Amino acid sequence: MNEKLRVRSLELRVEKTENWLSRLLFTTYCLLFAVLLLVTCHSSLVTAAEWSGVDESVVEKYAKDHGREAKEPLINTDQGDLLLFMFLIGGVIGGFAAGYYWRTLTEDRAKN
Amino acid sequence: MKSEVRSQKSEVKKLVTRYSLLITLMLVTCHLSLVTDAFAMHISEGILPLSWAALWFAVAIPFVWYGMKRLRELSKIDLSYKPLVGLMAAIVFVISLMPIPVPTAGTCSHPGGTAIPAILLGPAVTVLITGVALLIQALFFAHGGLTTWGADVVSMGIMGAFAGVGIFRLMRKFNVGLAVSAFFAGMISDWAIYATTSVELAAGIRGDEPFWPLFTKILIAFVPTQLPLGIVEGAMTAGMVKLLFKRRADLLVKFGVIKAEEAI
Repeated sequence: MNEKLRVRSLELRVEKTENWLSRLLFTTYCLLFAVLLLVTCHSSLVTAAEWSGVDESVVEKYAKDHGREAKEPLINTDQGDLLLFMFLIGGVIGGFAAGYYWRTLTEDRAKN
Repeated sequence: MKSEVRSQKSEVKKLVTRYSLLITLMLVTCHLSLVTDAFAMHISEGILPLSWAALWFAVAIPFVWYGMKRLRELSKIDLSYKPLVGLMAAIVFVISLMPIPVPTAGTCSHPGGTAIPAILLGPAVTVLITGVALLIQALFFAHGGLTTWGADVVSMGIMGAFAGVGIFRLMRKFNVGLAVSAFFAGMISDWAIYATTSVELAAGIRGDEPFWPLFTKILIAFVPTQLPLGIVEGAMTAGMVKLLFKRRADLLVKFGVIKAEEAI
């Protein structure tokens, strides 16, 4: 009986830790995301029209100075919100693939 | 009783890892969708003259071919190699597409992400993975170019991977810790990528101008963005290697990243 009670109390403690850790992790990520958003938005307001990629601010700038300009890509997805959509799709597919293979790797071990 | 509690603890660990992976995925997805007008180091279509583009192609192709050969060999030896390659390919693809705003410079750039696979899979397979990621990005993401694919493979794939793995192995030889070695590997790999891009760009566009002053100018222009980003890439590399060490230390032993006694 005593043993059972001890196991139960330990289980409860593990559950509490689990909840506490999950909450902490979630809050940390949310805070980080909020800070990232704030910094990004604030800086874009202060320095409007900046946040260009270094390909634009360095590579293309120097190339242009030396008489070479970037050509349109073969499949030009840089049109309106199309590129935004492509980036979203790329992020989702890449993220899911990473998650799938990570699970395969870690579950392999559990099975073995 | 002890075993029960131990299994409970491992459940907690699993749950936390799942949460963190899920939220990281969410953050990456949101980040990719939020920042739109931001590309980085890949040299765009038409920037390099054809002769230079062809030269970089000629340099890149043997490395990509050797990467394919190595992948076939290693996949036959170990079944867990393929999922690891899949994981690394997805990581390189996402990381090298992810524009990160650098508030100190007011610009965006992306890490290369090639140090992680270089440490875990070796530089040859990393070049192949990078080549595939760059091809997809050039075709569908207006990121890089088809004629400049060779140059981008040389900078991100070859230089990024070899610099990263070189630093990692050198530091491990001097008994530096796993995470610290991985951190420096990631950081130096990132800087090596941008130094190589500067070489490729300066050599390609200089015309009659001397090489070194132009190279130095381009390299210095990269510094405000890439210096902090290199540190971020170092932290990402260290985090990934450490995470794999915690979950699959046996894989790190199998692929020669750590010694068997370190995994115990």
